Amino acid sequence: MNQWQNFTKGFIRQNPVLVLLLGFCPTIGVSTSVVNGLGMGLAATFVLVMSNIVISIVKDFIPDQVRIPSYIVVIAAFVTMVELLMAGFAPALHAQLGIFLPLIVVNCIILGRAEAFASKNTVFSSIIDGLGMGLGFTLTLAVVGMIREGLGNGSLLGFKLFPGDGALVFILAPGGFLVIGYLIAVVNMIIKRQEK
Amino acid sequence: MEYILIIISAVFVNNIVLTRFLGICPFLGVSTRFSTACGMGGGVIFVMTLATLVTYLVNVYVLAPLGIGFMQTVTYILVIAALVQMVEIIMKKVSPPLYQALGVYLPLITTNCTILGVAILVIQNKFNLMESIVFAIANALGFTLALIIFAGIREQLEFSDIPEALRGAPIALITAGLLSLAFMGFAGIVK
Repeated sequence: MNQWQNFTKGFIRQNPVLVLLLGFCPTIGVSTSVVNGLGMGLAATFVLVMSNIVISIVKDFIPDQVRIPSYIVVIAAFVTMVELLMAGFAPALHAQLGIFLPLIVVNCIILGRAEAFASKNTVFSSIIDGLGMGLGFTLTLAVVGMIREGLGNGSLLGFKLFPGDGALVFILAPGGFLVIGYLIAVVNMIIKRQEK
Repeated sequence: MEYILIIISAVFVNNIVLTRFLGICPFLGVSTRFSTACGMGGGVIFVMTLATLVTYLVNVYVLAPLGIGFMQTVTYILVIAALVQMVEIIMKKVSPPLYQALGVYLPLITTNCTILGVAILVIQNKFNLMESIVFAIANALGFTLALIIFAGIREQLEFSDIPEALRGAPIALITAGLLSLAFMGFAGIVK
């Protein structure tokens, strides 16, 4: 597999949310608007790339039995950094994301990539993998955010698309589940069609 | 009275899975059978109560006096991971039947975001010790309730004819959406 394929695999073919079915909680929790989705996605991408770098460097020194706790500590350190940086420079977004920011620690995408990729590959390909997967996650969040903001609020990035309020249910909890459910079905169909 | 409000609020009105969106991975992963749903629910009730108690004490007696609140995330996840590991070892030794029933779910619980989520929510809501414990038990019950209802529905779903693209995760998420819609009926009971 060349580095370009390594980079783009996270967008559709191995999309972390829609195909690998990881990281649903933040996806449904913060994708009520495009801006929130992008903020969360970029924060997770940063943590993913940084933890992939550190883990692929130290992978040979960590005994096998304690690798999962060690990975979690590395990830938690970067999450704390993101939290403090965001509280300082983007307090509004920090308040919007709320509890989902510290919960990046237990986001299975990040631990999943550490275990499945960074612990077996070189630093450079781990960076590419982290970037690709992180951007795939961000893209998914932005698309879900776009659908939910458009249908639920009648707006896109804050601009009104049509007058009126839209169907509030898409902003609320049930809309998140429904939109992602149908998105996965669409991706399933695309992948099936490509295989034929 | 206050405790009853906390319980009703956490189980029905602000259900941790269907309204707060925490713990969706185990919610989708282990809800295919009724019996595994009960096992996972039992494990979560046990670990969440214990973890919230310990992290609350760590926060009050270690993090707050030292003024290192920013270490919260790192400390909590370590405490939870260590606790789950310890519970597993003790349970294996003391009560093999209980270990048989809950053991396989324990490692999964470390990365269950409801545990860390509730530990952080307790601090954010500024609960005292008793309120925190009640809140933890109520949230674990809410998780178990959602999980068991969902497992019941999915067992029935197996017999229905589903379009090919919707099989598996998509239909499960759509079902969860409808279940969440039903739980919205409770909104407004408790402020």
